[in-house]
Amino acid sequence: MAVVAAVIASTHHPFYYRASTSTGADRPPFADEWVAKIERFRDTLTRAAPDVLVMVGSDHFHQLWLDNMPQFLVGKAPYFDANFYNEEREFGLPRMTLRGEEDLAAHILRQGLDRGFDLAFSNELRIDHSITCPIITLRPQADLPIVPVYTNIFAPPMPRPGRFVELGRTLRALVESWPDERRVAIIGTGHLSLELGGPRQFGEHGPDPEFDRRAVEWIASGDIDGCLAEVTLDSLHQPGNATHGFMDFMLMMGVAGDGVRADHVDTLDLFHTMEAYFTWYPNGVPE
Amino acid sequence: MSKYLLDKFLFTVDRDPELVERYRTDPVGTVAWWEQNVAGQLLNCTTAERTTWLSFTDEERRVLQEQDHVALFAMGAHPFLTLTLFIAMFERDHGPLEYQRAYGAAMKHIALPYPDIAT
Repeated sequence: MAVVAAVIASTHHPFYYRASTSTGADRPPFADEWVAKIERFRDTLTRAAPDVLVMVGSDHFHQLWLDNMPQFLVGKAPYFDANFYNEEREFGLPRMTLRGEEDLAAHILRQGLDRGFDLAFSNELRIDHSITCPIITLRPQADLPIVPVYTNIFAPPMPRPGRFVELGRTLRALVESWPDERRVAIIGTGHLSLELGGPRQFGEHGPDPEFDRRAVEWIASGDIDGCLAEVTLDSLHQPGNATHGFMDFMLMMGVAGDGVRADHVDTLDLFHTMEAYFTWYPNGVPE
Repeated sequence: MSKYLLDKFLFTVDRDPELVERYRTDPVGTVAWWEQNVAGQLLNCTTAERTTWLSFTDEERRVLQEQDHVALFAMGAHPFLTLTLFIAMFERDHGPLEYQRAYGAAMKHIALPYPDIAT
């Protein structure tokens, strides 16, 4: 059976690519510290020596639209083109093409359906920055095949937080039951407190530093019960109007397991939002 | 009121570079053209069929014509769609992050709970 080589949860900041590649007067003052943290974070994946990446993210109204909106969707295709015109326009993100791992995608779909998740699927999915940002930060050579898993954290009605946690647990079990000897890293990205298009956006910090502090502790300690006791679809409006992206972190807590402390935890307090990076090694920390 | 149609306008304009420029320079003409030609397009489906019942209210049409992001927020248009499109149209006229901060400052009077964005 496949081995879960690493579980990784991260924010996906679309400005990282531009900040990290800019030079001279264009380079923001926080870029060097940010790059150093990302390089340490990247090393946690490199050391796990993965062969395949399961990538959990959320389409930002690029391919998935309100006329036909899935709650959870798995991409099953030999290739995934990536990034859209408006991401190139606003963030300077490059166009990419990633290989897909269709056998694992088929396994997740079949077994996921049989375990109570009516997963939607796509055979022609163009992925966006929720998945390409962690490729850029964690695996910039973009050489490994992926299985994208999209969640709806964007368009109400959405599944409740507990459902995200449960999908994470199921995803972990599905990867571990894949009849293949390869090493799989499960990577998911979301947000801490975040405001987009509202009065609290683009402040000196994230819109709710206290929520961020508590969220980092929930994730780092694997405190799923504590998190679920306080986080609801309604409560997530309070820290910022785009904070429902935190449910992708909760999904990754489900992947990592109840009470399992992360092996790597790092944060970076930026304007607009706090960055947060977590890695777990379910089968031991690599040498 | 159709939050869905407001969102559909923002979504379809934002993804088309020519429409972004057209809406920036001719909002009244673009809203009229869009309602006539695009509002009924069944996206990601055949263009041979059209939706027959979608149209803006007078207030929705006015807010889009006036490019009033605060009013769009109040009406429950999806804030991500509005922000992304408006940055595309207006960030170029400002210094780094100046537009984004002014965009938020114009909404300082809005308190929680924010308008419902469910469609």
